[in-house]
Amino acid sequence: MSARRKPAALRLENLTLTHGRHPAVHHLSGCFAPGSLTAIVGPNGAGKTTLLRGLAGLHRPEGGRVSLQGEARIALLPQMASLDRAFPIACLDVVMQGLWARSGAFREIRAEDRARAVQALAAVGLGGFERRPVGSLSAGQTQRLLFARLLVQDADILLLDEPFNAVDAKTSADLLRLVRDWHGEGRTVVAVLHDLDLVAREFPETLLLARDPIAWGPTAEALSAANRLKARMMAEAWADEAGRCQRAA
Amino acid sequence: MHDLLIAPFTEFGFLRRALVGCLALSVSAPVLGVFLVLRRMSLTADVLAHGALPGVALGFLIAGMAAPALWLGGLVAGLVVAVGAGALSRATGGREDATLAALYLVALGLGVAMISMGGGGALDLTHILFGSVLGVDDAALLLMASVATLSLVVLAFAWRPLVLECFDPSFAAAAGARGGLWHLVFQGLVVLNVLSAFQALGTLMAVGLMMLPAIAARHWAREVGGMAYAAVGIALLASVSGILFSYHLDVPTGPAIVLIAGAAWAASVLVGPVDGLLPRLLRRRHLAG
Repeated sequence: MSARRKPAALRLENLTLTHGRHPAVHHLSGCFAPGSLTAIVGPNGAGKTTLLRGLAGLHRPEGGRVSLQGEARIALLPQMASLDRAFPIACLDVVMQGLWARSGAFREIRAEDRARAVQALAAVGLGGFERRPVGSLSAGQTQRLLFARLLVQDADILLLDEPFNAVDAKTSADLLRLVRDWHGEGRTVVAVLHDLDLVAREFPETLLLARDPIAWGPTAEALSAANRLKARMMAEAWADEAGRCQRAA
Repeated sequence: MHDLLIAPFTEFGFLRRALVGCLALSVSAPVLGVFLVLRRMSLTADVLAHGALPGVALGFLIAGMAAPALWLGGLVAGLVVAVGAGALSRATGGREDATLAALYLVALGLGVAMISMGGGGALDLTHILFGSVLGVDDAALLLMASVATLSLVVLAFAWRPLVLECFDPSFAAAAGARGGLWHLVFQGLVVLNVLSAFQALGTLMAVGLMMLPAIAARHWAREVGGMAYAAVGIALLASVSGILFSYHLDVPTGPAIVLIAGAAWAASVLVGPVDGLLPRLLRRRHLAG
């Protein structure tokens, strides 16, 4: 919402994230350039969600590191499943959770912050939903609500985990417009996606991941037939008898 | 009317102390109860209260019905059961609720056996298990008021993080809200409130004033803040009428207060505006839009 954007790049150096000792993301190096719009694509179990959590600082790297240049604020949109939709809370209060970086546990919510939250609700097409309980929303409406919270967070780097799942065409078109706006404002956006047509149409950069990085670069090259075949070859099962990884740390 | 509602309190100091203590408790405990319900931990407070019994019994054997000894014993035993169950289930891979159940059943049996063997009569046992207005001496009253005050101050700071952590834990983690830390603080408050309740309500009933109003509150409000107010209101009502009920009919205070709170819960289920049975049975015609 503010015009000035700090250049916010996320650099990965030989990053390995594990579940137990098994790698979920294996020796990944590269950079999400400031203002870039990148899709992360890969088969189920490829480590996409784990990577986003690693980028947000929620999953401690087993090896390598994630470095953030400048003082950028990161916002993560998790998959909807992690939300307790039976919790008795009104939509506006959910949107105002996005103010956490400023309000913290105890600072007051100023009138203009509140007004921004109301605006954000209107921007995602939920005007008039301020006092509606979250439990009464449909899946698509809930996703719109979470986008409104992201708007209020006003982050420099946005990490979106399957943002268009389980929403209808109209909702996903509306939400996609917000993603384009963020890109236009110079924010860095990274989204995990499954719809390859959508990726080819809207996302300039793609990281194709199958635990090991397969390709990272301009979307047309990254999603070449050869690369996609390589990604499909990933063995989903953990190799229990696997020896220690010998690649240079 | 005056004889029924006011006279008992003007006449007896011990009734006034019990009343003030329970009113203080009614302001803090039900709010914690609301969060316990929302976190699907409705039974946790109960387990803590039962688990505290051997400690209370030990305090009783050493010092009689003196508040500090009972309280200290209860605090230690309650924490041992709560922390012990978590550690034991992590070490052995069992489910935590099963370990909690096993520990608190043993604790309950042990506590009752200790009081009986230690020469405590049936009267002492009744007081410890079900509470007594006589149990609220000055020390206990001071304790209840302090715990209530502390709980409200801490809750004021913990409110947003607790709501955030309950509603969307991964967002709370990403926003750096330290949900885990606040959860620990919250559990500490629950232990303190349960223990401050047991002198008036007894170890078996201490949780009644915390949970019943909180469970009933769901039928009166759609947002967590409104639920907290409703729960406090119900608890205040149950405290006053429960103590009067206990005095006039010569029932221990714990069951009396719990029964009134239970009646309030039943009434809420029946006529409460949110998801109550009566509004559903009326089947008003659906709206146009």
